[in-house]
Amino acid sequence: MYQQFKIRAEGVSAEVYHFVTKEAALDHVINFLQADGLADTSGALAVWAECSFLDGIDRDALRKIAGLKFEVTRELAAQARFGISQMEWALADTGSLAQNSTAIEQRLVSSLPSIHIALVPTNGILPDMPTLLSRVHPAECRYLAMITGPSRTADIERVLTIGVHGPDRLVIIFVDELGGGC
Amino acid sequence: MGTEFKESITRAVNNANLTGALGKFSEAYKVNRAKAYEGIDFEELRGRIAELKGYAAAHLDELSDQFQKNAEACGATVFRTKDPAKVREYILKIAQENGVKTVIKSKSMATEEIHLNRYLEEAGIEVGETDLGEWIIQLAGQTPSHMVMPAIHMTKEEVSDLFSKEVNERLTSDIPRLVKVARDKLRPTFLAADMGISGGNIAVAETGSIVLMTNEGNARLVTSLPKIHIALVGIEKLIEKFADVATILQALPRSATAQLLTSYVSVITGPTPNSDGSMKNMHIILMDNRRSEMAADPKFKQALQCIRCASCLNVCPIFRLVGGHVFGKVYTGGIGTILTAWFDELKKSEDIQGLCIQCGACTDVCPGKIDIPDLIMEIRRRLVKDQGLPLLQKTIYAVVNNRKLFHGMLRAASIAGKPFTSGKFVRHLPLFLADLTNGRSLPAIAEEPFRDRIKKISQPKFKEKAAFYAGCLIDFAYPEMGESLVKILNNGGIEVIFPEDQTCCGAPARYNGAYEVAASNAVDNINALLREDVTYVVSACPTCTVALDHEFISTFESLGQTEWLPQAKILAEKTVDLSTLVTKLVAAGRLTMKEGQKLGKITYHDSCHLKRTLKVSEQPRELLQKAGYELAEMFECDTCCGMGGSYSMKLPEISAPILQRKLKNIKDTGAPLVAMDCPGCVMQIRGGIDQDGAAIIVRHTVELLAEQLEK
Repeated sequence: MYQQFKIRAEGVSAEVYHFVTKEAALDHVINFLQADGLADTSGALAVWAECSFLDGIDRDALRKIAGLKFEVTRELAAQARFGISQMEWALADTGSLAQNSTAIEQRLVSSLPSIHIALVPTNGILPDMPTLLSRVHPAECRYLAMITGPSRTADIERVLTIGVHGPDRLVIIFVDELGGGC
Repeated sequence: MGTEFKESITRAVNNANLTGALGKFSEAYKVNRAKAYEGIDFEELRGRIAELKGYAAAHLDELSDQFQKNAEACGATVFRTKDPAKVREYILKIAQENGVKTVIKSKSMATEEIHLNRYLEEAGIEVGETDLGEWIIQLAGQTPSHMVMPAIHMTKEEVSDLFSKEVNERLTSDIPRLVKVARDKLRPTFLAADMGISGGNIAVAETGSIVLMTNEGNARLVTSLPKIHIALVGIEKLIEKFADVATILQALPRSATAQLLTSYVSVITGPTPNSDGSMKNMHIILMDNRRSEMAADPKFKQALQCIRCASCLNVCPIFRLVGGHVFGKVYTGGIGTILTAWFDELKKSEDIQGLCIQCGACTDVCPGKIDIPDLIMEIRRRLVKDQGLPLLQKTIYAVVNNRKLFHGMLRAASIAGKPFTSGKFVRHLPLFLADLTNGRSLPAIAEEPFRDRIKKISQPKFKEKAAFYAGCLIDFAYPEMGESLVKILNNGGIEVIFPEDQTCCGAPARYNGAYEVAASNAVDNINALLREDVTYVVSACPTCTVALDHEFISTFESLGQTEWLPQAKILAEKTVDLSTLVTKLVAAGRLTMKEGQKLGKITYHDSCHLKRTLKVSEQPRELLQKAGYELAEMFECDTCCGMGGSYSMKLPEISAPILQRKLKNIKDTGAPLVAMDCPGCVMQIRGGIDQDGAAIIVRHTVELLAEQLEK
């Protein structure tokens, strides 16, 4: 299913990576941020929303990296270039990610910045949407968000253009060590 | 049709930007849609959608109650009303109670339907559209030209001019740059807005959830950033079960934009926390605005199966020429015509319903399995019932309804037409009919109609008999097609009888909403065709075949006339089109064609009624190949030729460019010969080729097959 997901997701301009350990995934994220201009200035910040990936990770050490924030506010998210969150599920047949986004922070980091980095437990890959909907109980999952590739439009002359109101890059990182979704 | 309406059509078909953009899109759409549906059984999927939406339409009250209960249990406030004015008042009241100064919106046709923006703006509230296309047309002070792609009619240069004014900076027409400008310009608006208004693609009764889909991500911001969220949902968006969301989402993006899924889907169930820790003030408005009346209408309840994908616009040969503005201000295209007739008023659809050429391309792709052309015909019928026919049409039908008079006039026309006839074509019609020959020559009325010619054919006697229903065109313009048919059937061991009392099939009357006339034609024909006991009633005109096979029955049903129904059903049982009958005869070994003929390249044009109503498309191709022709398929082989019976006379400005496109596709195959199974298409295409001057021969399949029979 991972291969199918990767083909579909790349087909809609998402970038897909896979790591076995959290450590390797974290290294990749930090390298990615720094290579792409992470800095402690407006427009270059990264905001990282609460997630199980961060369990057992020394946040204080990470806080020393200039521009990386774990306190997600509207203002910070609006100034951030990078938003990082964990998406619980991936749908193999459409290359989509899905998350219980009831907490506003989860939506802020994945909608306001121009690059969204999504960490996904590898065993969160489901075959399709019917499977996803059979696992979700809307009363508990007040805001179910599905994301398929970056923000796009074809409203001017039908020319596909990436990045309108949402991120113009979606970087998906599967991590085996993360286990299952919530 | 009104002059103003006619002018809007002329403007649209002469707008190269519009027709260029729509034309390119419609060509790409067909290919991309097929790709998006790869591996999916579309018929099975749309069967399920039609069923679940049909169920919802039949249980609107129940599902509204259930939705309200479940959404309120989760903390949302649900407001239900039949009246669009009450919707506007409600939204304004919430806004005023909460001191709202600015509103941001994600795309919602329901808000367009009730003209919400203008109302709020008049009350001093700033309303910002955030969907890029909607924002563009808001800046331009226009209305959407397409339900999914509202600004498809505008060029990047026009957009660049608009944006330049908005940001006080001279912008180029670089599209990614323009999109970036929109993002930057709208971002502060999003962050500052006091209220977000969205529509809803789906409302789930079982859970009280609403589903929103966007590609741009604006609905996520509209539903997340402001502290108040109002979702305006038409009650036709209700479905019963949460699991069925997946069913609709499997079809909607594929049919709308040929995507597997839109970039963002949000399923929202009650309020969620704001970033300051407070809870969202969430209102869901379930709006009726005549939808429950529609659900109670035995014919139109079907239209509530619509999931608003707009694929009926994307495949419509008319829409791609004229775009959405000709249709009016809100809902456009085929389904839009129906929705306008209901949500606005029947009268408003008077002009636009006439745009439908009845080709049926939309019924093939509708994920809600709605028979859109049939519903448009029903609008026509009701308009005629309400308002009567225009005088000219009334006069014509009075003639058509009297076979002897009608046929007498056609015979007279063969003589009267003489001064205008050169060879086989009428080249110079009197001035008042000048539009008729625009881009197309008309056939001369035959000196001797088929009804006279058949008497001179000596047929062998066979036990098996078929009644030939010629239809007006073969009888009076193309009798040679009838002779070919007799030759073929005789060869296959069938004697052809020609019931003299047969008359017009009623299609022209029916397609103009004159059902009473059509019904009276039907009765005359039933009497004529069932008088003698025959195995088949065969026709070489698909429009006539459809009349005999389907429409006599549905005309009687629409009028509530039951007397002739049993006879109509017997006639339908016996009715068969030429290609299907010949295929049967060949398969039974009763008819053989010359062996080893090498007849060269041919291309085939699918007639709308044959392919889409009678589902016959392979049979004529196989027969022609069996006869020795080498088939070269043309691009868009099953797109309408623009004839549509009297359509080409009422709307020549649309019919002509459709024909030109067809001619180009025929020429591009390089075949010197084009075949088709419909004398109406022959009339249109042969007339077009004649004016074009191309060396291409246009023939009915029946003539080509008759030439290749083994003696």
